[in-house]
Amino acid sequence: MERLIYRYEKKMIEQKLVLPGDPVLAELDTEIVWNRQHPSIPVLEPIFSKLNINSLLFSPPAEPYRSIIDHLAECTSDVITLKDNETRTFLHDIPVIHTFSPGPIINRLKQRKCVVIPGHGIVTCGTVSPEQTYVNFSSVLFSCFVKYFADYLTDAILGNLSREQRDTFDRVNSYLKPFPEVDVHLKKGPFSSEDAVYGAISEAGKPIVNYGFVDSVMGNISYRYQNTLYISQTGSFLDELESCIDPCPIDNSSCTGITASSELPTHLEIVRNSAYSAIVHGHPKFAVIMSMICEKEQNCAFNGMCHVKCPESRYVRNIPIVTGESGTGPRAICNTVPPAVIDHQAAIVYGHGVFTAGEDDFNDPFYRLCSIEKMCREEYFSGISHS
Amino acid sequence: MFGWTGKVLRIDLSSRRYYAESPDSEIYQKYIGGKGLAGFYLKDFVAREWDHPEMPLIFFTGPLVATPAPTSGRMTVMSRSPLTGTIGDASVGGRFGSELKKAGWDGIILTGKSDALTGIQITDDRVAFSDAIDLKGYPLSRFNKQLKKKGAFAAVGPAAESRVKFANIMFDGHYAAGRNGLGLVFSAKNLKYITIMGTGTPAIFNRDALKKSREDILRLAAASPVLMGELGITHFGTAAIYDLTGSRRMMPTENFKHTYFEAAKRCNAHAYHLRYHPKKSGCTGCHILCKKIGRNGDVLPEFETMNHFSALLNNDDISTVVEANQICNDMGMDTISAGATLACYAELTGKNLSTKHIVSLLMDMALARGIGKALGQGSFEYATAYGTPEASMTVKKLELPAYDPRGAYGMALGYAVSTRGGCHLRAYPIGNEVLRKPVPTDRFTFSGKARIVKIAEDVNAVVDSLTACKFIFFGATLEEYSKAYAAVTGIESSGQDLLKIGERIYYNERIMNSRNGFTKEDDDLPKRFFDESGSSGNQINIPPIIRKDFLQARENYYTIRGLDQNGAPTPQKTEELGLSWNG
Ligand SMILES: [Zn+2]
Repeated sequence: MERLIYRYEKKMIEQKLVLPGDPVLAELDTEIVWNRQHPSIPVLEPIFSKLNINSLLFSPPAEPYRSIIDHLAECTSDVITLKDNETRTFLHDIPVIHTFSPGPIINRLKQRKCVVIPGHGIVTCGTVSPEQTYVNFSSVLFSCFVKYFADYLTDAILGNLSREQRDTFDRVNSYLKPFPEVDVHLKKGPFSSEDAVYGAISEAGKPIVNYGFVDSVMGNISYRYQNTLYISQTGSFLDELESCIDPCPIDNSSCTGITASSELPTHLEIVRNSAYSAIVHGHPKFAVIMSMICEKEQNCAFNGMCHVKCPESRYVRNIPIVTGESGTGPRAICNTVPPAVIDHQAAIVYGHGVFTAGEDDFNDPFYRLCSIEKMCREEYFSGISHS
Repeated sequence: MFGWTGKVLRIDLSSRRYYAESPDSEIYQKYIGGKGLAGFYLKDFVAREWDHPEMPLIFFTGPLVATPAPTSGRMTVMSRSPLTGTIGDASVGGRFGSELKKAGWDGIILTGKSDALTGIQITDDRVAFSDAIDLKGYPLSRFNKQLKKKGAFAAVGPAAESRVKFANIMFDGHYAAGRNGLGLVFSAKNLKYITIMGTGTPAIFNRDALKKSREDILRLAAASPVLMGELGITHFGTAAIYDLTGSRRMMPTENFKHTYFEAAKRCNAHAYHLRYHPKKSGCTGCHILCKKIGRNGDVLPEFETMNHFSALLNNDDISTVVEANQICNDMGMDTISAGATLACYAELTGKNLSTKHIVSLLMDMALARGIGKALGQGSFEYATAYGTPEASMTVKKLELPAYDPRGAYGMALGYAVSTRGGCHLRAYPIGNEVLRKPVPTDRFTFSGKARIVKIAEDVNAVVDSLTACKFIFFGATLEEYSKAYAAVTGIESSGQDLLKIGERIYYNERIMNSRNGFTKEDDDLPKRFFDESGSSGNQINIPPIIRKDFLQARENYYTIRGLDQNGAPTPQKTEELGLSWNG
C-alpha cells in the first residue's frame, strides 16, 4: 500500500499547488516517517513532541500563490482575515508568523490548522490523516488567491492602488496561465444503467480539476437516475470519484447517503423540481472573486453579512449571484440556489462557488461551468482596465 | 469563578447529611468537569467493591453546561462498574445537568447507604430526603409524571432492584446513564430517585466571544451531512447510521456470526418514520435534537438498540424492537447489553427467538425470574456458566455495540483498549472509518490507527468533561470548542491545551483500572473476530482480523499512550501528566 504522504505529495505537484522537490510531509504512528530528507526537518520535527497530531506538511506554495501569500502575510503581523465561505466555515482565519522556528509554529498550530511564514511557506497539520494537511494547504491557497484578487479589484475601483500594489499585481499576473482551450467530450446521456451513471460522474470530475478550474477538494457532482440521486461523497476528490459515489433515494427511503456531499439538499431540491438530472458544483476562483465584488458594499447596512443578507439581486452578466451558507438550515444555499438554477441553468453563490445543471449528461453543466469562469475572468480584467 | 459554580454537593446517605465543598480552582483547570472531575473524585475509592458504602456515585456537569454553547446540556455519571469491575462512566443527556448547574452545583458526590428506600429532592441549595418505600418495584413509567413536577430527575427501575448488572439510571424518563450498571450502584445505596430544580444562571466571562464561537460551531454543524443533512441524525436520529453499517457489511447479525442482515431494508430509519411519524426531541441546549418520539408517544430506539433487537437477534419486526426498547427504558436496563445477552443465549441454546420470546425474556431479566436471573448478570457470566465463555461478545465483560470490528479496524482497537470495556464511544473511530469525518481513513487497516485512537480518546475525554455531545464533533472540533471554553471560563486555552487535559483524564482511568488488576489480557477482542469471516458481498470482503496485526497495533497504542508493554501506567508518564499513583 502506498504511504499517504507520498500520495498527497504527488497530488499537490500534479495540481501545481507546489513545485516538485518542495513539499515535506510526515506521518506519525509510533515513529515519524518523512517523505524526503530536507533541511527544514530539524525545525519541523519538534512540533510532533508538543502537539497531539499525526501528520504535518510544510511547503512553499507554487506561483502565483507564493507571491500572493507572501504579499498578504507581509501586510499583517498576526492573521490574514478572509471572507470567503471556505475560510468562514473551516479555517476561520489564517495565522501568520515571521520566523521559521518550532516555538512560534507550535504556538499558532495549537490554535489553528495552518500557519503561514512569508518567505518560507505554509505549515499544516492533521490529527487523523495526512489528507487533512493536504486539504488545509489547498484551502489556504484558494482562500488567499480569492482574497488577493478581490481586494485588488475593490481597491482599483475605489482608486486606492499604490505603485507597489500595482507592481505586485503585475508580477502575480505574469504567473497566471491563459484561460485554456477546452476540448472535452463527456459521455452522452441519458444514461440507462447504474454503472453508466457511476462512470459518467467519475468521468465528469476529472477535466474540471485537470484544466485547473476547480481544486480537487472543492466541489460535488450528482446525477439523477430513476428515483435515485447519485452524488459524490463528502470530502471526496473531484478527480478521483470512483468508489466515492453515494446512491440517495429521492424519497429518502434509505440513509446510506448520510456520507454524501454536504450540498446534497441543494442537489436534491434541483432534481426534485426540474427536468435537470446532471448537476455540477465547484469553486472556480474568478467566479468566487466576482461574486464578492460589490460597489455598494462600503455603504451597505449589511456589510459584513453579504454572504447571507445581501438584499440586492446581483448578476455577473446573465448569471445570478445568490447568498447562503453551506449545508442546511434557514440560511443555507438549499433555499436560494435551486430556484436560481432552475431558472438560469446556473447560479453563483456569494464567496463560495458555482452550480450548473444539465438535462441528460454532464457536457452541458461542464461547459457552462467553464464558460462562467471564463466570463468572470474577463469581467475581472475588464474591471481592472476600466478603473 | 466563571463557567463553574465552584461548589460540589456532598451527600452521605447513611447519615442523611449533606454539605457543600469548594474545590481549588487548580483542580477545575486540571480536570475541567464532567468525566474529568468525576474521575478525580473516584480515584481514591476505586479499589473498593462497587457496593461498598464508601464507593462514591458521582454526577458532574462541566463549565459549558447551562450556557449558550451548543449541545452543552449533558453531564457525566461515574462510579465503579458492577458489570465489568472497571471504572464505569456514562455521559447522559436530558435536563438534569442543566438543572444541577442552575441549582448552583458543579457536581454531586453520593456516598453511604440509606437504611430504607429513599428519594432525594434538590432545589437550589436545599436538599430534602423522603421515604420512597412505596415506589419499590415500580417501573419508571409509574412514577415519572410524579417526579417531573419536581424538576429534572434521575431514577432506577425494577432491573436495578433485581440486581441486573447492566441496570441503568434513567434521566427524565428516557435518557440513560447506561452500559456499566450504574443503576445497580444507585440502587445499592437504597436510592430510588433524585429530583433537581435550579433557578440560577452560571456566570459567563465573555458573552460576545461565546456568541461568536457558537456561530462558528453551528455553521460547521449545518455543513455536516451527518448532523444536519437531509439524511442526518437531526431528521432520523442515530437510526440514520443503520443503513450505512448494512451497506458497509459491518452490521452485527446473530450474535456477530454474520455482518449482513437480509431484512435490514425493512428495519431502517425510513421504516420507523413511515410507521411512527416521529417528532424531534432532545437535550436542553441542543439544536440537533436527535431523540425521536413517535406520534403516540413511543420513544424510538437509538441505532445500537435497533441493531441489537433486530439484526443481532435475527428479528425483522420493528414493533418488537420498539417494545423491547420501551421495556428496557421502563425497567431501567441497558439495551445493548440486554440485546447482546439475548443473542448469546440464542446462540448457545440454538434457538431463533420469536418476537414473544424476546419480550418475555426481557421481562424475566428485569424481574430476575427463571433464566432471566442468569441473563441479568450479562452475557459473559451467563456464557461462562454455560461452559462457553467465547460465545459472549464482550470486551472486559461489556457487550459490544453495533459496529462489527471486522468492518473497521480502528473500531476493533478502540473496543479492545477502552477503559470501560466494549464501548464504541471512547475513540468513536466511526467518524473517519465510516462517516468520512474529518477525513476518511482506510477501515481495513491498522496502519496509523493506534495514534488515531489515542488522540480521539483524548478528544472525547475533553468532550465528556466540558460537557458537550460527541455527535457535534462530526462537524465541529476542539479548535472551536476551546474558544467557547475560553469565552465561558475566561481561561485562554487552545484545542491542543485541552487535548493535554484529555490525555490526563484518560490516563487517570488507566491508572484506576490497573489498580483493580486490569492488564493487556483484558485489552482484547472475542476470539470469533480472529477466527471467522464476516458476510462478504457486494464487492466488500470481510475476512477475520489478523491477530498479529491487531497485537502490533495494541503494542503501538501502549507506546503512544505511555503505558508499558503490559498495558500498565508508568511512573514517568504519571508524573508528566501531573497525576499520582495513589490519589
Ligand atoms: Zn461548495
